[in-house]
Amino acid sequence: MIFAHLPALEVVVPLVAAPLTVLVRRSSVAWAVATAACTFSFIAALLLTAEVAAHGPISYHIGSWAPPWGIEYRVDTLSAFVLVLVSGMAAVVAPYAWRSVAAELPRDQVYLFYTMFCLSVAGLLGMTITGDAFNLFVFMEISSLSSYVLIALGRDRRAQYASYQCLVLGTIGATFYVIGLGMLYLATGTLNIADLAQRLQHVENLRPVLAGLAFITVGISLKLALYPLHLWLPNAYTYAPSAVTAFLAATGTKVSVYVLLRFYFSVFGFRLVAETLPMPEILLVLSILAIVSASLVALFQTDLKRLFAYSSVAQIGYITLGMSMASRDGLTAAVVHLFNHGITKGALFLLLGGVALRSGRAGLDRVRGLGRSMPLTSVGILIAGLSLIGVPGTAGFVSKWYLALAAIEAGRWWLAALVVATSLIAVAYVWRFVEAAYLSEPDARTPAPGESPLAMLVPAWALVAATVYFGFDTSYTVAAARAAAALLLGGAP
Amino acid sequence: MSVGGHFGYWVAVLLMIAGLYIVIARGNLVKKLIGLSIFQTSVYLLYIAPGKLIGGTAPIITPAFKTYSNPLPHVLILTAIVVGVATLALGLALVVRIREAYGSIEEDEIVAADRAGGDGG
Repeated sequence: MIFAHLPALEVVVPLVAAPLTVLVRRSSVAWAVATAACTFSFIAALLLTAEVAAHGPISYHIGSWAPPWGIEYRVDTLSAFVLVLVSGMAAVVAPYAWRSVAAELPRDQVYLFYTMFCLSVAGLLGMTITGDAFNLFVFMEISSLSSYVLIALGRDRRAQYASYQCLVLGTIGATFYVIGLGMLYLATGTLNIADLAQRLQHVENLRPVLAGLAFITVGISLKLALYPLHLWLPNAYTYAPSAVTAFLAATGTKVSVYVLLRFYFSVFGFRLVAETLPMPEILLVLSILAIVSASLVALFQTDLKRLFAYSSVAQIGYITLGMSMASRDGLTAAVVHLFNHGITKGALFLLLGGVALRSGRAGLDRVRGLGRSMPLTSVGILIAGLSLIGVPGTAGFVSKWYLALAAIEAGRWWLAALVVATSLIAVAYVWRFVEAAYLSEPDARTPAPGESPLAMLVPAWALVAATVYFGFDTSYTVAAARAAAALLLGGAP
Repeated sequence: MSVGGHFGYWVAVLLMIAGLYIVIARGNLVKKLIGLSIFQTSVYLLYIAPGKLIGGTAPIITPAFKTYSNPLPHVLILTAIVVGVATLALGLALVVRIREAYGSIEEDEIVAADRAGGDGG
């Protein structure tokens, strides 16, 4: 009985947990509520994945109103995969927040952190699971507004300005999305994603549809920090509290990528996107620019959080690069990298949170000799760094492999070479950490020997372990991504 | 279709451009938020104007009426208005905090203060 309502519970449980944390006020109880809600969502996402694998896509009608009139929650292979990533990251970050947030926030604000965290989780899960395009906007705003608050909680005053910039650019992005959606609604008279896809095929006047496509592309690209619309991202990731950076870096932009995939392949159909507008070419050029320029900028950063924030912009470039090829291998690479990069960056930022806790700030000058003073943390950062580069035996290799494969299959040898060559820039920026942590003598600013608290180290290392595990055993990630790619391409008329 | 038939769209587009221009061109953080609000408001009009038919009534089926207005855009925009209010409230709250931390709400002064490397706050 309760199983039939899992798709709704997946979102409702963290959504209800948010006001509960305000009511209890005690930070320890609020933490327990938030952790329990996130863990529940994770288990529910795993159950939904099993259900989808066994019986095909699930369509849940909110309030028993049949779509396209009522709001439909739809779980298929792709959305189940993203649900697992988002709820899994939430379930890892929530336990981590116990020590990390207590150290970074004033005592009386801690319970409010969990409120915003639960709202953000609920919003991201809702964006993923909903089958209604306007409902998606509402969830997008729930997750965005709460993430602006989370970013503003950073100790540095620059966090507040970073959050303000996020708010302005994020709202412009969301409004562009609504404008685009409005045009689609005027052309078709429906908001249900499946229904939209069907009716768009019979629309004769394509002009408003294409305008809608353009608005939605720009709006979502702002949200997913596609180069050159990434300006809000580095500051936000640098000054937000550690737990927030880890969670947002692993999930926020990824869910937006998912939304763009949905619109391009499920709603418009890639034939329309590719033939009437030069979208694949634009995406290709922007992706390459993102990879090259953001990687180069990352090289010259002295703050590790900022360094890896720029690396995020570059890694998003790899995802959109896979998308732009629109072949089965290309989409597989995009979806796999969405997951692999999520866990890699999550691990990195969680470990950097430990460094920041022990030495005040995650600067390159603070990690000199870190290999000796915090051995477990620095080994973890090293392994996650190797995954960013794409060294065999880590999750990052799997995605780069499929990306290169897709490029070769498309006959673009230069693109495969570019993927390998840009990985060398990643070697260079990860090397800067290695040089400081292992080859430099500790100085006065290095933290005294001693690891970060276990409550922070265990969740972080769980993700590091996942990074290695998914580098060897690809049966879950690649199979799910392949199925998702087939679904996306099959949906295209 | 005449220009008059597109009147709603013209107003919406005008508001859209004006709002976006204010966000980009103004350095004052509060003025930017005002621009953002105008930008969002233009979308309300974009949705609602086409939903109204002249002479149309609420969609309650009675033999007395033949034309009905579409109620769905109103419902959607009711939600969007709530979102807009929440965004504006949060934005203004942030501006208050920024003013406390920097002593200014002018973008160039804040950027200059950050450049100077004051850690403050």
